[in-house]
Amino acid sequence: MQTHTLSVLVENRPGVLARISGMFSRRSYNIHSLAVGPTDDERVSRLTIVVGTDPVHLEQVIKQLNKLVHVLKIIELDPTESVQMELQMVKVSADASQRADLFALAEVFGAEVVDVDADTVTIAIAGNTARLGRLAPLLEAYGIREMVRSGTVAIARGDRSITDGSRLRLQRVV
Amino acid sequence: MQVTGAQAVMRSLEELGVEVVFGYPGGAILPAYDPLIEADLTHVLVRHEQGAVHAAEGYAHASGKVGVCIVTSGPAATNLVTGLCDALMDSVPVLAITGQVASTAIGSDAFQEADVLGITMPVTKHNELVTSVERIPGAIREAHHIASSGRPGPVLLDIPKDILNQSFEWAWPEHLDLPGYRPTVRGHGRQVRDAIDLVATAKRPVVYAGGGLVRADAGDELRELVDLLDLPVVTTLMARGIIPEDHPNALGMPGMHGHYVAIRALQEADLLVTLGARFDDRVTGDLAHFAPHAKVIHVDVDPAEIGKNRAVDVPIVGDAKVVVGQLVAVARDRGDEAVPDTAAWRDHLATVKADHPLRVQQPDTGIIKPQTAIRAVHAAFGDEAVYVAGVGQHQMWASQLVPWSRPRQWINSGGLGTMGFAVPAAIGAKVAVGRDVPVVAIDGDGCFQMTFQEIAAAVQHDIPVTFVVINNGVLGMVRQWQSLFYASRMSETTLPQAVPDLVLLAEAYGIPGFRAESVEELESVMAKAAAITDQPVIVDVRVDPDEMVFPMVPAGGSNDAVIESADEWMTMAIADVTEAATQRQRANREAGLGGADPSDDPPLIAGADTDDEFGSD
Repeated sequence: MQTHTLSVLVENRPGVLARISGMFSRRSYNIHSLAVGPTDDERVSRLTIVVGTDPVHLEQVIKQLNKLVHVLKIIELDPTESVQMELQMVKVSADASQRADLFALAEVFGAEVVDVDADTVTIAIAGNTARLGRLAPLLEAYGIREMVRSGTVAIARGDRSITDGSRLRLQRVV
Repeated sequence: MQVTGAQAVMRSLEELGVEVVFGYPGGAILPAYDPLIEADLTHVLVRHEQGAVHAAEGYAHASGKVGVCIVTSGPAATNLVTGLCDALMDSVPVLAITGQVASTAIGSDAFQEADVLGITMPVTKHNELVTSVERIPGAIREAHHIASSGRPGPVLLDIPKDILNQSFEWAWPEHLDLPGYRPTVRGHGRQVRDAIDLVATAKRPVVYAGGGLVRADAGDELRELVDLLDLPVVTTLMARGIIPEDHPNALGMPGMHGHYVAIRALQEADLLVTLGARFDDRVTGDLAHFAPHAKVIHVDVDPAEIGKNRAVDVPIVGDAKVVVGQLVAVARDRGDEAVPDTAAWRDHLATVKADHPLRVQQPDTGIIKPQTAIRAVHAAFGDEAVYVAGVGQHQMWASQLVPWSRPRQWINSGGLGTMGFAVPAAIGAKVAVGRDVPVVAIDGDGCFQMTFQEIAAAVQHDIPVTFVVINNGVLGMVRQWQSLFYASRMSETTLPQAVPDLVLLAEAYGIPGFRAESVEELESVMAKAAAITDQPVIVDVRVDPDEMVFPMVPAGGSNDAVIESADEWMTMAIADVTEAATQRQRANREAGLGGADPSDDPPLIAGADTDDEFGSD
């Protein structure tokens, strides 16, 4: 099943996330990841939803999202024409003798060591899903204590913007 | 001017032109019931909150206006859920106002607290928990607008008790603040022209007319389009009456229990002009075999309906009245060029129609066939009446048999299939149409017993509805499926015909009650009931419990396999069993097991749902 990345602008209102997640579960659509946060306009929040679906059902997902009164705008971001990133933090078991290796590994991946303890090292990495996927197996050797991922956020490449309305694929009107 | 939140609720409803509210008071909504005494609103006190929302639906169905209901928090609000879902499925404009516990108590599991916003989110077009008193007028104005515009539907406002009690300086909002809600009204000009192009070259076009045309009041425009282009028309369950049944191009109802010619027309069509319809499974049967030769024009105000179930050649998003008007205008401009040559097609359909009438075998004396009862109701109450049905066999027969003559003459629960709809919806419809137009509930005995407590509201508020119960003493449609698909093993589908005694029930409510038990007395009983126009009436029509609704396309089956009568069904079932036995014998022979033991034969059942059983035996 293909994944598609949707950027959704919504009114910043109580319950809007429940409306969206409820619509997905009610219609049996599959959310891979969902990230939500404020925008430069305090009245508006932006969601990035990665959906696992075929193109026919993707059209339904977008149309059903558009029916929600608090949804302002939806665009699909093509992976080749957008920057897609996720933040992952991994805490691994490491005593003093293993720290140097982990610091080196982090550097190779452009990751950052964000916390060190007597028995653990915590590494944060930001990047696309493939990059995150390459680091994780290497860390497994040390013993992963816990990990957390943020879900993908994405933005269009070039001068295009979700606020333009005209240049990206605007889905409100069929 | 300082007003309380409760006063603001009443004033907002008045500003919007609301005349009637259906409701039931209780703790959290009490503040609103106080200014109601002075408000310029008629309140109908129902007996159960489900009755309030169905009555609001009936009012909306009959009038085209928003139906309003007001109830309290917790159990009252949860009692609305069925009606809200019904209104969502059938696109009925309803505004529901629920009281909520004080905002300071929300989340504490307070007395009569329920997460009404969460519970009703999937069964409303929109809902809102009002969090400040100043928000009340804007919230009500927006809710009313959302309920009645675009694809109509139910909107719920949940208002905490403390907010109803607070005061503020009254201000009616000048503008709607709905940046994410802009329904498309006008169809895209290019697509409208493309649609007329397709129609012009079609050989076997059919208009597939749905309930959206009724919601949009597009009956006149539809009539113009059909007359101008001479197009055959099928009308779905939700659209019955949008074109008169006696119109020469009207083919009746498509779908599971539709008219044979309507089902065939869609199967043979090379073009569906789909107007405000949604390719519901009850119309299409097996989608893969539905209208297999047809290109599709799909007009709908809800973009999500377009392409949802059936791929579309020409999609047009817009209000049905406006878009059909556009289609008419483009067709007129083109003159004769726009008119397809449908003479042969219409002749063919006329032949099919003549060869496949509805079959009813009514003996001259004795037991009343339910179809005869429906015809007698129409004969007595006439074309001017509004008919409201519940769900099941009586609903299908009414839809099939009444010669519908105008939009909003037929009110029923289609999408959700809500048993118990008819009694409260008929009360709401009667409030909408006034004293001069008769309103008749054609109900089943199962449906009737789900909500008949609302007759008390009809009596108390002097709402003279005639409640005709097509009383077969069984859950007819469920029993029909048991007859056909469960080897006539009738499980829990008997409701004793005389329990309750409906004539005594009428007496208990202080209203006239009549009973017809034989064909001989049917007409006179209906005439007596129809003569009473100043109070509610109950008519108990005892009918044959074994009658089944045909034509029938088994659930999930292809619309190419229409069964027109019980006899035909039995013939098919026997053929299926014989075929299965032959196959089993062959399989056994090949496996070296010898002939089949006749006692292994499966029961005499057939149909799409049970095909597997024959093969795996």
